[in-house]
Amino acid sequence: MLYITQTALVLGFQYALVAMALFLSYRILDIADLTTDGCFVLGAAVSVTAAAAGRPILGIPLAMLAGACAGGVTAFLQTRLGVPSILAGIITNTGLYTVNLMVMGWKSNASLLREDTVFTLLRETGIGGGQYELLLSAVITILAGVLLVLFLGTRLGLSIRATGDNRDMVRASSINPTFTVTVGLCVANALTALSGAVVGQAQKTIDINSGTGIVVIGLACLIIGETVLGRRSVVKGAVAVVVGSVIYRFIYAVVFYTKIVPVDGLKLVTAVVVALAIAMPAIRQWAAFQRRKRAAAAGRREG
Amino acid sequence: MLELKHISKTFNPGTVNEKKALDGVSLRLEAGDFATIVGSNGAGKSTLFHAIAGVFYVDQGSIALDGEDITFRPEYRRSRELGRLFQDPMKGTAPHMTIEENLALAYLRAGKPRNAYFSRITKQDKEFFRQQLALLGMGLEDRMRQPVGLLSGGQRQALTLLMATLVPPKLLLLDEHTAALDPATAEKVLALTRDIVARQHITCLMVTHNMRHALDLGNRTLMMDAGRIVLDLSGAERGGLTVEDLLSRFRAGAGKDLDNDRILLS
Repeated sequence: MLYITQTALVLGFQYALVAMALFLSYRILDIADLTTDGCFVLGAAVSVTAAAAGRPILGIPLAMLAGACAGGVTAFLQTRLGVPSILAGIITNTGLYTVNLMVMGWKSNASLLREDTVFTLLRETGIGGGQYELLLSAVITILAGVLLVLFLGTRLGLSIRATGDNRDMVRASSINPTFTVTVGLCVANALTALSGAVVGQAQKTIDINSGTGIVVIGLACLIIGETVLGRRSVVKGAVAVVVGSVIYRFIYAVVFYTKIVPVDGLKLVTAVVVALAIAMPAIRQWAAFQRRKRAAAAGRREG
Repeated sequence: MLELKHISKTFNPGTVNEKKALDGVSLRLEAGDFATIVGSNGAGKSTLFHAIAGVFYVDQGSIALDGEDITFRPEYRRSRELGRLFQDPMKGTAPHMTIEENLALAYLRAGKPRNAYFSRITKQDKEFFRQQLALLGMGLEDRMRQPVGLLSGGQRQALTLLMATLVPPKLLLLDEHTAALDPATAEKVLALTRDIVARQHITCLMVTHNMRHALDLGNRTLMMDAGRIVLDLSGAERGGLTVEDLLSRFRAGAGKDLDNDRILLS
């Protein structure tokens, strides 16, 4: 049980960054950014490759930079070239597959053997004792969350939030939506890549397909967090993604060790949960309409 | 302040839906002018505003604001010097952001260096916002941390008016901004508009379908029909005019009756 909790916390913090990225792109900018899957692998590939070359620390900012570039491409496609936003993400994502293979030296997986990672470097300093992995993951995620919240309070951050909230108003307020969407997607994808970078170095291995479905899992974490904490302020949103991610990874770990359902079935369960959660307003509306119809029919019979 | 020279715009050219929305409109507004615009359905009133604001680029002609040619300047750049209010009160504010945050966005246009991307709302800003909100007389100054989505349509429109004029614009465009409000609220917002425009000496264009307002507000009345300005009244000529006079003058100018199914004669 202790082991499950610890695993859940470590993975929860590491993957929370993806949910944080989706909080920015999906919740705040109101764009379903499907660059996420490929971007996650890109971050992992860059960070693992850098670690393999003996530069684990440098690998982290490099991964974020690569992610920001990927986000920039998606933003360029949708803001300048008129590609519908979902398709823009899919196009970038498809292209990233090749880019990721290239970063990994044209192999479909890569592993670190004796090379240092940011985690082994921390372990050697002795800080955090046996919990060094949890400590570093938590520090990185919390730091990213604090910076994101601070950023969204700046003038640029407010402009990005307004872009997702009311685009009519944004143009009339001298904000260039092309610019705000671009910055927003770059920051979001830098966060996704950061997640990939941390996960890659933590697991010391990376597979070209390890990002598949990450966007849906991220959305699940976002929704779980919002269900637990509510969705009002930016601060709450940032905390919610971390909480949601830890809860998701806890469920995952329980399933993994107890085999209640096959682990491979978890993606289907996740997909159903996410679809239901996003469909909830429509389902509620439908139910209310049916109730009204029944009430009206009953009224007619009595009358 | 504003100078339009022969601007034209045709929508869907070369199709069955071709529509000449603006047909060589020329207009010169002096600093401090407050002109009202009335006209038939589809006369081009909103299209004129969109052309000035840069929602689209005009096919022909030029637009100058305060001596600067802005004909090909993109919409968001023009917005630095233009204030705009729409008929729909929902269009002017971001519902999930607080009153304070909305005002901060409007304040972006302020004289501060444009590159201050990472500056935050200061205590000073907040105090300024509070004072300005108090002038609206709606108690919004005590609700600055509430999301704008909780406000009524009238409150949102008043807030949008404040946002548009927080940094005095060179030109304020009001597109039937009280038409979607109930009569009492509409009067209140209109009174606020009059106060703010007068206090800050803002040059202003206002579309209205209320003929009374068209004559009572401002110092100039324009009438539009089929993409042209058919009547331009100001000074003594406008002074003693009644609504009936205005309608007959329109008939003389446009060669037909004013045809607007939403027009209010009283």
